[in-house]
Amino acid sequence: MSSVEGQVKGIIAEQLGVKAEELKNDASFVDDLGADSLDTVELVMALEEEFETEIPDEDAESITTVQQAIDYILARKVD
Amino acid sequence: MQLSDLQRWPGIAGQIALVTGASRGIGSAIADALALQGATVIGTATTAGGADAITARLEAFDTPGQGLALDVADAASVEACLELANERAGAPTILVNNAGITRDNLLVRMKAEDWDDVMSTNLTALYRLSRATLRGMIKARQGRIINISSVVGLTGNPGQANYAAAKAGMIGFAKSLAREVAARNITVNTIAPGFIESDMTRALNEQQIDALHARIPSARLGRPDDVAAAVVFLASEAARYVTGETLNVNGGLHMQ
Ligand SMILES: NC(=O)c1ccc[n+]([C@@H]2O[C@H](COP(=O)([O-])OP(=O)(O)OC[C@H]3O[C@@H](n4cnc5c(N)ncnc54)[C@H](OP(=O)(O)O)[C@@H]3O)[C@@H](O)[C@H]2O)c1
Repeated sequence: MSSVEGQVKGIIAEQLGVKAEELKNDASFVDDLGADSLDTVELVMALEEEFETEIPDEDAESITTVQQAIDYILARKVD
Repeated sequence: MQLSDLQRWPGIAGQIALVTGASRGIGSAIADALALQGATVIGTATTAGGADAITARLEAFDTPGQGLALDVADAASVEACLELANERAGAPTILVNNAGITRDNLLVRMKAEDWDDVMSTNLTALYRLSRATLRGMIKARQGRIINISSVVGLTGNPGQANYAAAKAGMIGFAKSLAREVAARNITVNTIAPGFIESDMTRALNEQQIDALHARIPSARLGRPDDVAAAVVFLASEAARYVTGETLNVNGGLHMQ
C-alpha cells in the first residue's frame, strides 16, 4: 500500500467512523459506508486540508469511492 | 430594556460573529448586542469610513471586534471580506445577514435594475455569505445563521413586490439550509421585524406613523434593540433546538 493510499484511508476512516484496515478500495462512501451527502463534503474538506490542495466542486462530485479518492490525490501529487 | 441589561446567554461568548450592515440601524444594535454577550464581532459597512467607525465603536467592548468594508451584492467583495475576517479574527460561527435595501415602486413602474438590486442585496447575499462561512461552521460543528427578513415578506406590501419577494425568499432559503446542516449543530433561522425605527422608516411622515400605530397592537414602532434581543436568543445555545423557524418581532402587527 502506498503512503498516499494509507493516508487517504486514514482520513476516510476517521471521517466516516470505520476501521481503516477494513476499508475496501471499491467501497462507495454513500452506498457501502453509510455516508450522507454532507459527510462526503466534509471528507473532501479533510482531504484538502491533509494534502494542502483545493478540490474544485466538479471534481469533488466525481469522488465517490475509496479508490477514486486515492487516484485523485495521486494524480494531483504528480502535477 | 437596554441591551446591556441582558444577562449573558450561554454559548455566545468566545464565538466570532459576522454582522452585515452593522454601520447603523438594526445591524448596529445587533453588533453591539453580540459584543456585549462576549462575541468577537466583525461588523460591515459599504464604505471604508463606515468600517472604521464600526472598529472605533467595537473597541469599547471586552472582546474588541472590527469593522470591514463589504458590498454583499458583489461576490468578489464577499470573498475579500471573509479572507480578512478569517485572518484577523478567525472563521465566523455566527452569521447575521442583516444588510438590506429597498427600491420601492409600483410594479408597473418598477425598473429591472430596482428588482435586481433588491434581489441581489437582500436574497442572493445569503447564498454568497452562507457559502463563504459554512465550511468553517461544519468543521467547528457549531454555527448560527440568522437572516433579517421582514413582515413584508409574509404579508406583501404595495410598492414592494421586489422587497417582499426577496424577504420571502430568505425564509425558504433558511428552511432548506436548516435541513441540510442541522445534524452538524448549525441552525438557520429568520427574524421578520415589523416596522422598526431606523433610516429605512425615517422617511415615513407623521400621518403614516399614526396610521401604523393604529395597526400595531403594541402601538409603537419597534426599536433596533427589540430585534437585537431576538438575535441574541437565536445565536445562543438556548436556541439550539430551534431551526428553520421565522420569528416575528413586530409588536403584534402580524401573527402567524
Ligand atoms: N427598519 C425597518 O422597519 C425594517 C423592518 C423589517 C426589516 N428590516 C430589515 O432589517 C435590515 C436592516 O434594516 P435597517 O432599517 O437597519 O436599514 P438601514 O438603517 O437602511 O441600514 C442598512 C444597512 O445595510 C447596509 N447595506 C446596504 N446595502 C449594502 C450592501 N450592498 N452591502 C453591504 N451592506 C449594505 C448599510 O451599510 P451603509 O451604512 O454602509 O450604507 C447599513 O449598514 C434590512 O435587511 C431590512 O430590510 C428593516
